[in-house]
Amino acid sequence: MGKISFSRKSLGIPYALFLVLFVVAPLFVLIYYAFTNGQGQLTLANLTGFFANPNTLGTLCYSFAVSVTTTAVCLLLAYPTAYILAKSRLKAKSVIVMIFIMPMWINFSLRITALKEILTLIEGNLAYYPFANAVIGMTYDFLPFMILPIYNTIVKLDEPLLEAARDLGASEAEAFLKITLPLSVPGIVSGIAMVFLPAMTNYVVLDMLYNSTYIMGSLIGSYFAAYNWNGGSMIALILLVIICLFTLLTRGAEEEENPRGGALL
Amino acid sequence: MMKKAWKGLVIVFVLLFLYLPILVLAVYSFTDATQIGAIRGFSLHNYVTLLTTPELRDMIVGTLLLAASSAVLATVLGTMGAIGSFYSGKKVSSAISTMNQVPVVNADVVTGFSVCILLVVVLGISKDTFVPLIIGHVTLCAPFVFLSVIPKLKQMDSSIYEAALDLGATPAAALRKVVLPQIFPGIVSGFALAITLSLDDYFVATYTKPATFDTISTYVVNATKGSQTTIKTALWALSTVIFLVVILFVALMNLQANKETSERAEV
Repeated sequence: MGKISFSRKSLGIPYALFLVLFVVAPLFVLIYYAFTNGQGQLTLANLTGFFANPNTLGTLCYSFAVSVTTTAVCLLLAYPTAYILAKSRLKAKSVIVMIFIMPMWINFSLRITALKEILTLIEGNLAYYPFANAVIGMTYDFLPFMILPIYNTIVKLDEPLLEAARDLGASEAEAFLKITLPLSVPGIVSGIAMVFLPAMTNYVVLDMLYNSTYIMGSLIGSYFAAYNWNGGSMIALILLVIICLFTLLTRGAEEEENPRGGALL
Repeated sequence: MMKKAWKGLVIVFVLLFLYLPILVLAVYSFTDATQIGAIRGFSLHNYVTLLTTPELRDMIVGTLLLAASSAVLATVLGTMGAIGSFYSGKKVSSAISTMNQVPVVNADVVTGFSVCILLVVVLGISKDTFVPLIIGHVTLCAPFVFLSVIPKLKQMDSSIYEAALDLGATPAAALRKVVLPQIFPGIVSGFALAITLSLDDYFVATYTKPATFDTISTYVVNATKGSQTTIKTALWALSTVIFLVVILFVALMNLQANKETSERAEV
């Protein structure tokens, strides 16, 4: 037979192997490290250590507080913006939306540097308002990711549906509350998914704004700096569980497109 | 429903919030001030520093090379994976999609840390070989290439491929001449996405890069902690340059989009 028959299926083999080796295998290694100690003995100490230590538990709570606040602020800013843009009758609508998305393509560290200079000018010393700065920094970084999916769902809304509501006597406010808002939920859920998790883990934003308080991501960073692979793995695993739970919760209600890539596709 | 003035106010506020810091920094990058708020004269010295400091130049070139090479690898792997998974049976294809979803939903900190643990700690590959860094970035980018190619495969008319085979094309030729051109837009946007993800990444790079190598993100984060003002203000210039490049890129894309729509209108 000499000749190897060509199959379209076999094209997927390299990528499948790549995923098994560098996505699945690292997760197993992570689990192994999380439940062993430095000598390779099985232990639950990393897990109990996390929940017994007020510092790590406090970090978890602080992360949640930063994350929830950031998500709420982003939503409050993004929804009206997306709504106004989607409903505007301007011809160059897509260009204007692009202006709101554009910051996403400028390196985040440079943008946060810019924000830091402005905040320093306003506040004098950044150390006085750590929580507010964390929320402002995260909002500044993630706002475009919230605007885009909401805009995408509102702009696709069926206009005749709203006209029908008006014809049947609904006020503008009623039509908004009973039609536009419920139908834009998929966009809102996508936006929340894009903001909530990064806000829990993106510790560089806090670092750069001189925030001395930890969030979940910075715990991994500190274990990494101390070469404590076991402790770091446990934190990574706990984060992974939170991410899985969150993904399961939001799955189904989300917009189909991936917002991270939505702007380019 | 909302008063016009209110609408304007919301839009202006959000735009100011998003752009004011970048614009202020851009203005100050053309002065010799070391701190914003100070009023100083016009100067290009930040741009001179940016272009002449070897450390800065290496870091910029390194970031671009890393983005280009990992985006090329990610695009090849992701596209092949998408085609393979699209034509595979349901089980295989859903297994690949599920694995593909892991880096997409995962936090970059966790992705970077887990790749580092496996490659550096367990397998003992030195970070200085750049292997962990490149693999980390491909892991970060390839899933998004996969996700942007799959919809194009689904939209494709499969009968053309069959027709090509009936007309005597080998499967490889049919793939190259029929399938690839149809999914090409998906491949291009996947590649563009891979570039931007790699350029913007901080976490995967921190956990996997050689100690002497820096990307723009890791460099800037360290520089803001330091107190070297010449470097700090040179980074203002860098931020301005990147801002201008992004504006140019968006303008070109819009021109292209307008051209395409007007061409379609003429037909």
